[in-house]
Amino acid sequence: MSSGWTREQMAARAARDIPDGAYVNLGIGIPELVARFVPEGREFIYHTENGMLGMGPPPGDDDRDLDLMNAGKKYVTALPGSAYFHHADSFSMIRGGHIDVCVLGTMQVAANGDIANWSTGAPDAIPAVGGAMDLVQGVKNIFVITQHTTRTGDAKLVERCTYPLTGAGVVSRIFTDLAVVNVTPDGFRVAELAPGIAFDEVQEKTGTTIAPPQ
Amino acid sequence: MIDKQVPTVAQALADIPDGATVMIGGFGASGSPIELIHGLIDQGATDLTVINNNTGNGEVGLAALIGNGQVSRMICSFPRSSQSRVFPKLYREGRIQLEVVPQGTLAERIRAAGAGIPAFYTPTTVGTILAEGKEQREIDGRTYVMEPWLKADFALVKCESADPLGNLTFNKTARNFSPLMCMAATTTIVQTKRLVARGDIDPEHVVTPGIFVNRVVEVPNPVHEDTLIADGRSYP
Repeated sequence: MSSGWTREQMAARAARDIPDGAYVNLGIGIPELVARFVPEGREFIYHTENGMLGMGPPPGDDDRDLDLMNAGKKYVTALPGSAYFHHADSFSMIRGGHIDVCVLGTMQVAANGDIANWSTGAPDAIPAVGGAMDLVQGVKNIFVITQHTTRTGDAKLVERCTYPLTGAGVVSRIFTDLAVVNVTPDGFRVAELAPGIAFDEVQEKTGTTIAPPQ
Repeated sequence: MIDKQVPTVAQALADIPDGATVMIGGFGASGSPIELIHGLIDQGATDLTVINNNTGNGEVGLAALIGNGQVSRMICSFPRSSQSRVFPKLYREGRIQLEVVPQGTLAERIRAAGAGIPAFYTPTTVGTILAEGKEQREIDGRTYVMEPWLKADFALVKCESADPLGNLTFNKTARNFSPLMCMAATTTIVQTKRLVARGDIDPEHVVTPGIFVNRVVEVPNPVHEDTLIADGRSYP
């Protein structure tokens, strides 16, 4: 059995679907890798919820500015042409539909575009939502990058989410280690298979019916 | 002549009573007014409701205020983080209340309070458990959730430079919630790295106009939460 795409390859594949000039917000984890794979000849401008457009790569250890962080609380740099602003302006960009693409990780994503990525709903869990619910409602295109299944082999692409929703009917495209999957009015449809991956394997590892590539 | 400068942190915080609602600026470590928070620990007010994006890290700053038993309720968007231990422990023991608010809604509720808007409709949380029990309304064919403004008795904020009128500038992403909180609190207390003369801040560069600020105290070499944590420090 082939292993499909690596995390880096998933990020690179997602980057290919982001148009030149897009304003992009990247979630924590695999989505952050997208910034390393901007296709030749394109420019993306990165937004971070805590008040910056034009975020650059992490600094060297000696070049850290303690007042320059991203939404994941990691130190970053500012590219020429960047801008700082307060939180209400930052979320006006999100909620107001000014950000073109948001790439998020997830726990579950459903065939109707629902996403659950903030809470397992376990009784002892401390609820923590951050900006996820604002992003999924406001950003024009919601992309998800995720392994196709959990570490224990459970489907993450499901008929309906069992975890509490972050947003309903908001996801448009999913990039997994096995395939690129579109969320259509008729449910999941494979747009592209990873090299060496057969459609049957994707169907087997998906928690609901998924349509083959057209 | 108006002069909002206060000589010491202790004097700036002296009148915060038990039971007060206090907004604290900062997003994680960046922009956190550590000296004001530690001053509030020294001052000792209890039963506080604190509004911040997070719940502090390590055993300094906001985490220390919570750990000292002074906070009975937190309003925040993200109470967990890799270095947040104090809040989760107290929460699991049932010793502190939590209201989780999506980050953009938190910002807008604070802004609305400062702007005199008692409530607004937002698409955020529609279809989720965080919308349960809230008024919803269809506007132009889409469903929105009503959210109320969020006011405070006091705001504690850190800035880069301030003049005696309370005009403020911030540094990079340390700005975050602070300008909004300055608007939304009855009394806004600012610690500034540099206190400059009236006229030294270009009016085009003022981020928070002094009308939103009540007290300014100069803290020339503010400590940073990450530095304190890296050094293994705790407070008091």
